[in-house]
Amino acid sequence: MEKNWPLWEIFVRSKNGLEHRHFGSLHAADAEMALENARDVYTRRSEGVSIWVVESKNITASNPENNGEMFEPAQDKIYRHPTFYTLPDEIKHM
Amino acid sequence: MSEAQLKNTGAERSRSLEEIFEQRIVNDEKIEPKDWMPEKYRKTHIRQISQHAHSEIVGMLPEGNWITRAPSLRRKVALLAKVQDEAGHGLYLYSACETLGVSRDELYDQLHSGKAKYSSIFNYPTITWADMGAIGWLVDGAAIINQVPLCNTSYGPYARAMIRVCKEESFHQRQGFEIMMSLCNGTEVQKQMAQDALNRWWWPSLMMLGPTDDVSVHTAQSMKWKLKRKTNDELRQQFIDQTVPQADILGLTVPDPDLKWNEETGHYDFGEIDWEEFWQVVKGHGPCNKERMNDRVGAWERGTWVRDAAMAHAEKQQIKKENQAKAV
Repeated sequence: MEKNWPLWEIFVRSKNGLEHRHFGSLHAADAEMALENARDVYTRRSEGVSIWVVESKNITASNPENNGEMFEPAQDKIYRHPTFYTLPDEIKHM
Repeated sequence: MSEAQLKNTGAERSRSLEEIFEQRIVNDEKIEPKDWMPEKYRKTHIRQISQHAHSEIVGMLPEGNWITRAPSLRRKVALLAKVQDEAGHGLYLYSACETLGVSRDELYDQLHSGKAKYSSIFNYPTITWADMGAIGWLVDGAAIINQVPLCNTSYGPYARAMIRVCKEESFHQRQGFEIMMSLCNGTEVQKQMAQDALNRWWWPSLMMLGPTDDVSVHTAQSMKWKLKRKTNDELRQQFIDQTVPQADILGLTVPDPDLKWNEETGHYDFGEIDWEEFWQVVKGHGPCNKERMNDRVGAWERGTWVRDAAMAHAEKQQIKKENQAKAV
């Protein structure tokens, strides 16, 4: 009985100065192979200068069903945005 | 939160999950893997995305046949890169499909057992080098027409995979057209070879865009979910309208005596498609169905020991690392 290669999530930095971004996933036996495969699958046309691989099982994700509790508390805190504060038009540079 | 917003949220909660879901799609919101979705949406997407992935993987076989026989190094590196892209496209799509809760193994199983379909065009043989040109020009051309609207489809991982696929696909069509152009500007025999390839690939390419609207069973639902933005007949017409002038530039004749420009509709009228042939190929009776599946299943089975060895090596390394950590 063969064991399946685990799934890895691939993050690629397209150029220095930008963050690593999730590009997709792939199967590989270990981290080293995941890096090599990610190079071939996701950067065939110079799309990256750096790759991170993380085994998918190590990612903990929030559940969209709990989005209410999770994210709604931020919605009524409009005082966190600059537009909440009214200033006279003649004020500049603020 | 304003009073109006509060009211809105309350009303939304009272609606059924399915209505909210359909509304999200109408609003052009994307659906992501962990979001609630109707079972039928999940199943339909697994079917379509996996068929698409299988087509990329099986699509490598007819072209792989010509890599070692390419007429020049330039053609060889291009074809090799194209086939490698197709492997990549298959992998993007399998990954997108797996986010719907189906495993890669199940997907391969469905392909290898014949339960899942792939594009029937790949069950035709590639008997001359001109077929590499015709496939790039026509088959990839039809694929692009099918795929571009999918960049906006409602399921996030599928849409993202399609954006990447479409970006890479245009080189495939251009390299195919360039092969056709070289042959058409070559000797008389070379030009005939190009014409012969067009004769054989034209009709299967038209069939590739799917059954006519009146018999296509999935169209209505797929349009609603934005899995389809145009009907099969619309896509086919678009393909014909843009391809016929390209054949004219090559100086080749499209093998359809009924093909002619219709001034009134602003489209080409075209002849009857042999749907009997299409269904025969779909049902497994095309010229190469058996050969393709034998090649694919054979490659998978012959690779088993390699996959097992890689896994055993990875496990050994892991244990070694853990023991070293303990020793310190």
